[in-house]
Amino acid sequence: MNFPLFPPAASTIAPQTDLLFIVLVAVSALVLAVIFIPTIYFLIKYRRGRRVDRRMPELPSFKIEVTWTLITLVIFLGLYAWASEVYLKIETPPADALELNVVGKQWMWKIEHPEGISEIDQLHIPIGQNVKLILASQDVIHSFFIPAFRVKEDVVPGRYTTEWFCATEPGTYHLFCSQYCGANHAQMIGQVIAMDPAAYQRWLTQKSPGVTLAQRGAKLFRDLGCSGCHMGNSIVHAPRLEGLYGKPVPLANGQVVVADDTYIRDCILTPQLRVPGGYPPVMPTFQGHVTEDELFQLTAYIKSLATATVEGGQP
Amino acid sequence: MNALQEKLAVEIPAEDYLHCEHGLKSWLLTKDHKRIGLLYLFSILFFFALAAFAAAMMRAELLTPKGDLLIPTDYNKMFTMHGVLMVWFFLIPSIPGVLGNFILPLMLGARDLAFPRLNLLSWYLFIIGGFMALHAIVIGGVDTGWTFYTPYSTTYSNTHVVEMAAGVFVAGFSSILTGLNFIITIHKMRAPGLTWFRLPLFVWSMYSTSLILVLATPVLAMTLTLMAVERIWHVGIFNPALGGDPVLFQHLFWFYSHPAVYIMILPGMGVASEIVTCFSRKKIFGYEFVAFSSIAIALLGFLVWGHHMFVSSMSAYAGAVFSLMSFLVAVPSAIKVFNWTMTLYKGSISLDTPMIYLLGFIALFAIGGLTGIFLACLAEDVHLHDTYFVIAHFHYIMVGGMVTTFMAGLHYWWPKITGRMYPEKLGQLAALILFGGFNLTFFPQYILGFLGMPRRYHAYPPEFQIYNVLSTAGASILAIGYLMPAFYLVWSLRNGKRAGPNPWGATGLEWKTSSPPPKHNFHETPVVTEDAYNYPPLID
Repeated sequence: MNFPLFPPAASTIAPQTDLLFIVLVAVSALVLAVIFIPTIYFLIKYRRGRRVDRRMPELPSFKIEVTWTLITLVIFLGLYAWASEVYLKIETPPADALELNVVGKQWMWKIEHPEGISEIDQLHIPIGQNVKLILASQDVIHSFFIPAFRVKEDVVPGRYTTEWFCATEPGTYHLFCSQYCGANHAQMIGQVIAMDPAAYQRWLTQKSPGVTLAQRGAKLFRDLGCSGCHMGNSIVHAPRLEGLYGKPVPLANGQVVVADDTYIRDCILTPQLRVPGGYPPVMPTFQGHVTEDELFQLTAYIKSLATATVEGGQP
Repeated sequence: MNALQEKLAVEIPAEDYLHCEHGLKSWLLTKDHKRIGLLYLFSILFFFALAAFAAAMMRAELLTPKGDLLIPTDYNKMFTMHGVLMVWFFLIPSIPGVLGNFILPLMLGARDLAFPRLNLLSWYLFIIGGFMALHAIVIGGVDTGWTFYTPYSTTYSNTHVVEMAAGVFVAGFSSILTGLNFIITIHKMRAPGLTWFRLPLFVWSMYSTSLILVLATPVLAMTLTLMAVERIWHVGIFNPALGGDPVLFQHLFWFYSHPAVYIMILPGMGVASEIVTCFSRKKIFGYEFVAFSSIAIALLGFLVWGHHMFVSSMSAYAGAVFSLMSFLVAVPSAIKVFNWTMTLYKGSISLDTPMIYLLGFIALFAIGGLTGIFLACLAEDVHLHDTYFVIAHFHYIMVGGMVTTFMAGLHYWWPKITGRMYPEKLGQLAALILFGGFNLTFFPQYILGFLGMPRRYHAYPPEFQIYNVLSTAGASILAIGYLMPAFYLVWSLRNGKRAGPNPWGATGLEWKTSSPPPKHNFHETPVVTEDAYNYPPLID
């Protein structure tokens, strides 16, 4: 019979959290020894009926209490600082990451690659490259958990969350939904396939549908009528989207926000919330009219406009 | 010796609390804290049996990787039933409701709690809440998990969420009233000479527990109300499609439910201090540190709720604060364990059943506490959160900690409650079986969690099977460990040896009155002139 003790470790984070885990096991073993060895010794030595010197010496009990409190505290603070440092790495996606979109819904994962490939319950990624997932939920809270990479993040409806990793070993790994999400929660599982970069490139070419995510977004942009105001010579005074993505936007209320995925999402779903300065608050909400999937397409399109310029000068 | 016990038996006044009145009415309308304690005992054991049945169904399902015994929805209803009944209808009322009610006034030298009628109301609210929850289960059940996470609970679940939440809501008032009753009793009804620093540590732990019951439970009531409002009237509070925030629910829920974890362990710590001193014949080491660590746990426990939410999309910096607070709240628990160990030093240790349970508790609580440190470590929690590691961790605390000390306390005070001794050898055997079965059930789950098996899965990849088989095997042994006391304790009611007022030779006012105690506890008000656990000095 097989008694596995370690899950596969296949990301740059895994060795860091595993080292922490091993140290935690060692510290725990030490603490248990400090408790158990004297306990067992006392149980044997001071068993009722045994003749042994039981006269209690005058112990400096206050000093003893303060000593073991401080030792415990120092060990705890050390572990705290170490674990927090690694956590901040896990929580901070690097800037150069390949961005993939993930939609969780009862009970499947849909992954959108910028090249236009969609996958269900499978995630193909290249090893040796930072990958950032932008996670959205169509319904309830899910959680995107890849044990081999030691990463997990809840997928919360109504907002984007992110998760990143850099795979180190080619292979096929488990993908689990780890936040209870209803009847078929246990079926909301899939595979992460980490590939050599060359194999990944071949896979991309082979699977490419010929239409990128941004191009699908452009079509949707016209179909939903967004282009009527945000493009061409519209009579409605609406902000142009060329060159917008990633830039600071001064708002009507005086705040300045960066036009990132979350801002674009918010502008489509709750346009009155953060109106850009100088524009009337006339945009209708698309809440209930666009799916999380379509939001990703529209965002990809607006992203693709980041380097474009408006014909006629005004940036 | 036997002759002496026979003599004591003859001297037991006929009007002890069990025999002074007869009939169902005398129980259901009693204002006697001792009888109410027994009402709680029967009720929580009833809910425990139902919740254990749900656990047995889950363990049977998990014997094989495929979901073959239960359909997914039924499995989900099983773990919801297990969680709701165990948390609110067994663990939270277990030691406070049964042992707290029975022993606390005796320890204080009081005739009863401050508000006996309110105490009876607490029990009725508990029973009404419990039957509302049972009703929700019988008419079809609930599949949200005991955590009722939104928006699943408010919008997507097609089960009887509001009915179940209403049951928990009503039972919450029972908690609040019991907490209030205990606080006032401890303040106002201590016997002459029983100053704060002469109180048995069980009283300190009940005081800390009561603080949490009174301060945290209202937040649970509000949270469940908000959830019901959204579910019934579609007011956008938690569902983002209605303009709400689903993570807000988690903040509110854990603001109650993390302190509630301490409701479920502080009483056990109190029992531990009573037993370790009695069976070592010694004063507790570091009385003030053990007493104040209970208060520290109760207060710090209110500031750690965010550690359930490190991967919930909460800010990383908020995570860092909650992680720090979680480390800090572990310090007073560690202090307690060190003090219990040190109390054994130069003691006169006798391994009676309560002491065996108690030693098992120290081991299991230490393991459960240390694995809590793993989860407080932010980077480690990212991997372990929502896996079986968490399940194993909190069962080591809830079952290894609370249930073990409940069993320890039940055996320790059984002679006081019933006037009879349980069979000692069987008791020791059951305690050992419980310890072994518990570890075999839950230790493999730590490994499962580290390997990545998520919780609340009725089906799982085949490589996880071996540890699930071990866990299910352990659960069968654990069941024997629970069933044995059920039989021999009932047997002892008629056939146990007469206990006499103080079979353990323990200190504490509860041992100064007859067993079972008379209706009003003491024939004359006791006067206290010494510290707690003032056992005579040991020489050899």
